[in-house]
Order: sequence, then C-alpha cells, then structure tokens
Amino acid sequence: MAVLVVIEHVDGEPTEPSLQALTFARGYAVDGAPGEPVHALAVGLAPRGLGELGVGTVHLAEHDAFGSYAPAAVARSVVETIQRLAPSVVVAAGSELGNEVMAHVAAMLDLPLAANCISASGDEVTRIRWGGSLLEEATVHSDVVLLTVQPHAVAIEKAPVGEPAVERFTPDLLPADLAVRVTDRVEAAADGVSLADAKIVVSAGRGAGSAEGFGIIEELAALLGGAVGCSRAVTMSGWRPHTDQVGQTGTKIAPEIYIASGISGATQHMAGCKGAKKILAINTDPDAPIFASADYGVIGDLREVVPAISAEIRRVKGA
Amino acid sequence: MNILTCVKRVPMTGGTIVLTADEQAIETRHLGFTISPHEECGIEEAVRLVEAHGGESVVLTLGPAEAEEQLRDCMAIGAARAIHLVTDGEEWDPQATAAAIAAAIHADGTAFDLILFGNESADAGNYQVAIRVAYALGLPVVSGIKGISVADGQVRCERESNGGRDVYEVPLPAVVSVLEGLNLPRYPSVPGRMRAKSKPVAASTPPRRESRLARRRLVVPAGQGKQAEILGHGPDAAPRVVEILQQIGLL
Ligand SMILES: Cc1cc2nc3c(=O)[nH]c(=O)nc-3n(C[C@H](O)[C@H](O)[C@H](O)COP(=O)(O)OP(=O)(O)OC[C@H]3O[C@@H](n4cnc5c(N)ncnc54)[C@H](O)[C@@H]3O)c2cc1C
Ligand SMILES: Nc1ncnc2c1ncn2[C@@H]1O[C@H](COP(=O)(O)O)[C@@H](O)[C@H]1O
Repeated sequence: MAVLVVIEHVDGEPTEPSLQALTFARGYAVDGAPGEPVHALAVGLAPRGLGELGVGTVHLAEHDAFGSYAPAAVARSVVETIQRLAPSVVVAAGSELGNEVMAHVAAMLDLPLAANCISASGDEVTRIRWGGSLLEEATVHSDVVLLTVQPHAVAIEKAPVGEPAVERFTPDLLPADLAVRVTDRVEAAADGVSLADAKIVVSAGRGAGSAEGFGIIEELAALLGGAVGCSRAVTMSGWRPHTDQVGQTGTKIAPEIYIASGISGATQHMAGCKGAKKILAINTDPDAPIFASADYGVIGDLREVVPAISAEIRRVKGA
Repeated sequence: MNILTCVKRVPMTGGTIVLTADEQAIETRHLGFTISPHEECGIEEAVRLVEAHGGESVVLTLGPAEAEEQLRDCMAIGAARAIHLVTDGEEWDPQATAAAIAAAIHADGTAFDLILFGNESADAGNYQVAIRVAYALGLPVVSGIKGISVADGQVRCERESNGGRDVYEVPLPAVVSVLEGLNLPRYPSVPGRMRAKSKPVAASTPPRRESRLARRRLVVPAGQGKQAEILGHGPDAAPRVVEILQQIGLL
C-alpha cells in the first residue's frame, strides 16, 4: 500500500518540517511494505532533492490558481491524489499550513485526522497535546490514515533512490476551493533580532513588576545581542506586545540559552522554550516549578540579579 | 451583525501535569478551569465587532455541565447569550465535536454572519474543528488569523507569514479561526459578572458520533524534573552566570 507525503515548498525548496515528515513517512513505509519508495505530492512546481529522501514519484498538481495560496485548492489536489493512488497513509508537516491543508482534506472526505504526531505505526499514533506538555496515544479508525508530523520530532535522514518520476495533473477545482485565497500582502518593518530565530533570549514574567521593569531586561538582551521575551502574565497586563510572548500560544523559540527571570514555569510557557539548548532561571522562590526544567538557576530578585549580570558582562568585555 | 464564538473548557495546569490513575484525563481536583487564549481573543473580537456594527454576540461550548462557568465568563465580557451542548464529561473527537456544533448552529436558526473559533484548542490541539464546521455548513473558512475587519459584507483577515502578513478577503457569512495576539482581551468587570448571571443559556444534550480518533491513553513525556544547578543567590551569582555564558561561547 502506498504512502503519500504532502510537500510544502518555497519556490521549489522543500521546507524543513516537510523533509522531517518525509523521513517519518519512510519509517511508516518500512512497517507496511519494506523499502518501497514513497509518493510525494506538491503543487506548482516539483520540489528539488526529493530523490535523496526516498521519493519514487512526485505527483505534481498544476493550475493557474496556484499563484497565490488557497488552502482548499491544495487540499483538493491531495483528495484527487488519494482517490487515484488509494494510499494507506497520507502524511504532511504539522506546520501551520500543513495542519490547515490536512484539515481541509479530512473535512472534504469526512475522515479522521491526527495532528502533530511524533510516532505512528499502522493505525496507532502518538500525538502531542498542550503544545507538547502531554502525549496522547490514539487509534485512527479509517482505511486511509491522515496525519501530520510535529515539527522537529524526527531528524531528517537521507535515503537516495535516484531521480523521482514526475506525474503532472491538473486538479478539478470547484469555485468554493478558490473562495479563500491570499489576495494581498502587508510587509512588516524588520526590527532587530526576531524572537523565533534569536540565539539568546532574555525574558521576564510577572516578576518584572511593570512595563518599566523591562528596562533592565532590554539592557541585558542588548549587551548579549539577543531578543526580549516575556510570559503571558506580561502581555495580559499590557506591559509588552504579544509578539514578545514565549509559549504554547506565543512564539516557539530555540536559542542557545534562554534566560527566564520572574517566570514561574507554567507548562504552557515551557511549551514555547523546549527548543532552547540551555535554560537559566532567575527567581526569588526556590520552589518555583521552572527550576525543574532549567539547567541553571539563580535564586534572587531579578531587579538585583539582572543588572549585576549586565555589569559583570561590561566588566569582562572591558577587560 | 450576528457572531457566534465557540470555546472549550480546559483545566488550568500549573507547573506539572498529573494524570488520573486510568491515564484517560488530567487530574483536575485541585485545578481551576479556563478557555484557550485564542478563544478569549475570539470572544473579545466578537464583542468589539458587535459594539461597532450592532447585532448579537453568542457563545457556544460542547462540554460537561460545569462548562457553564466558561459560558458565564464569556457573557461577563459581553456575549449576550449562550448555547451549551452538554456532555457527560468525556472529550469528544474532532469529527463528533464538529458535527454537534454544526447541528446546533442549524437548530439555533440565527443567521450568523461570522462564526469564530480558536485556531487550535488548548488541550487537544486538533487544528480542525473550525474547518470541519465550515464544510458542514458550506461556508468559507480562514485559519490562524491575527487581524479582522468587517466592511461591505466582507471580512478582511490578516495572517502572519514570513515576517509579514497575508490578507484574505471573504464574503460573509464566514468561519474564521483566530490566534492570540488578535487583540488584548479585557478582564470581566464586576457589573459584567452580575449581568452574566441572568443571561440565557440554552442547554441541550446532542447525540454523540462514534470516535474515529479514539484515545487509548495519555502519557506525561519524560524529561521533566531535572533540577537546575543553582549558580548562587542574588547579585553575587553574576560572575558564575557570565562564566557559563563564556563556556557556551556566547561572550
Ligand atoms: C491554554 C493556555 C495557553 C497559555 N499560553 C501561554 C503562553 O504562550 N505563554 C505563557 O507565558 N503563558 C501561557 N499561559 C499562561 C500560563 O499558564 C501562566 O499563567 C503564565 O505563564 C504565568 O506567567 P508568569 O510566570 O510570568 O507569572 P506567575 O505564574 O505569576 O509567576 C511569577 C514568578 O515570578 C517570581 N517573582 C516574583 N517577583 C520576582 C522578582 N522580583 N524577582 C524574581 N522572581 C520573582 C515568582 O516567584 C513567580 O515564580 C497559557 C495558559 C493557558 C491555559
Ligand atoms: N468541545 C468544544 N466546544 C466548543 N468549541 C470547541 C470544542 N472543541 C473545539 N472547539 C473549537 O474548535 C477550535 C479548534 O479546536 P481543535 O480542532 O480541537 O484544535 C477551538 O479553539 C474551539 O474554538
């Protein structure tokens, strides 16, 4: 039985979560039919380098409408391919667009969908809940298992099979498939280091006490060339914009070090900094839960500790 | 304009998650309950749109009898009435949830111009109930939205992508799923809470479709509870912190 992987790409360059999904799907194929190449589906143009990752056939959906993103049009292409190929499993990245397209596919076919899986075998999946703070083992009752793969849950592995065959087709899009599409774009002014990509994030929570309390946080972040983050208690108080919020419903960060001061360590906050290589927590309360997920801790008042760190950095740099 | 917002009751977990002995649910005996921040922004946006354009803001939940607490919270912020699809407390899978919500919208009979959802529920994170409801009702659906404006029978939605925002313009009625950051939700006022007590809640018990995404068990992932190496107390710890930054190669 075939395994179909939906590939998200930017001008032919597959996204990292898509390649992770492909690696995940190959493991699936091995369980079902050992060593069989997987099928990939892409819209617009054939993504590069898929043969390196075990793809035997690329199903390429071509249509004038693919000039701008329309989730239901992509989903319709997936549905047509499912009907033609009758795969036993359809996999996509658990990215924003991957989850969206697969939910459209699931709704069109009235089939179950398991989002953000970290492992799967047959119709049994393990998926994340609460942004990764909890796992759920579930059974998908369906002849064709639809699932998305949690980004960064599996590492990309190569499995060269040569140049894949490309099968082009034009999906039969309904007017409703094009009713929702990107019609315009607003560019944002680029300002400083983006939180998601920052190598160092210095953040504070309710313990900062006020919007002004972030002065010392900004100072330390600037000294380190990092970005400023915060907890939801801070955004809800209006001290910082939501774009600074780290967490399940904020930004997911993956810095070399995350310096979190005056933050208790709620699971929803920690869901956003799981990708950090090291976490340093600064908190007055030695029993704060964050000390159970941090690598390093300083017990003390952030209003004293943070300026002292800044002063020490200046001293060391000046020396 | 008439706006429906769908919210889900979830436990407010703190620093650790503890499961019930049968591994089917979170132990909630000592926990409060809330809704997702995304859904809070949905409620806030609905109230603002009705303030600006007139009409009615309605809130809906599918959940146990206790979920009336979340409906009252939403009415304290400004929703005029509530629809409560009462369950026995067990979580329904996304297909069953969406089918019951779509049927309830039909049964209510109100011509909703906008139906708002969170982009994903706080606990399950299935990323699909809004889209399924839209298909069941034959309406367009826009996902993951951080900006909404309504004019001339159209909703203009903004969604973050690649450092900017993509714009979608869709005729009403439409389904929109939203993300936290859309607005800054207000806290309910004391008079708001008082008024909410007497606002109407239409409760019914919908039939449950069989689960096709069937939970076997929940598992707390490994890796918690590592105890941090304490570098020191107060400002005296600063030199140790800087040493660590140097070790990692950041200075
Ligand atoms: C579905 C859902 C999603 C959520 N998403 C997010 C999210 O994306 N991001 C997020 O952050 N939260 C999120 N939350 C909220 C989360 O549960 C917590 O309420 C929030 O993270 C608490 O913020 P805090 O740690 O700043 O505040 P608190 O929990 O109040 O902690 C403040 C901490 O500061 C310490 N402190 C106080 N004063 C000082 C001082 N002077 N010096 C040093 N330490 C001090 C205290 O000891 C305490 O540990 C979400 C909640 C839900 C239910
Ligand atoms: N039990 C429920 N009752 C009301 N709305 C729900 C329920 N479950 C999910 N939703 C809505 O659907 C959105 C997406 O949920 P999900 O597909 O589970 O991620 C949520 O943010 C809610 O707006």
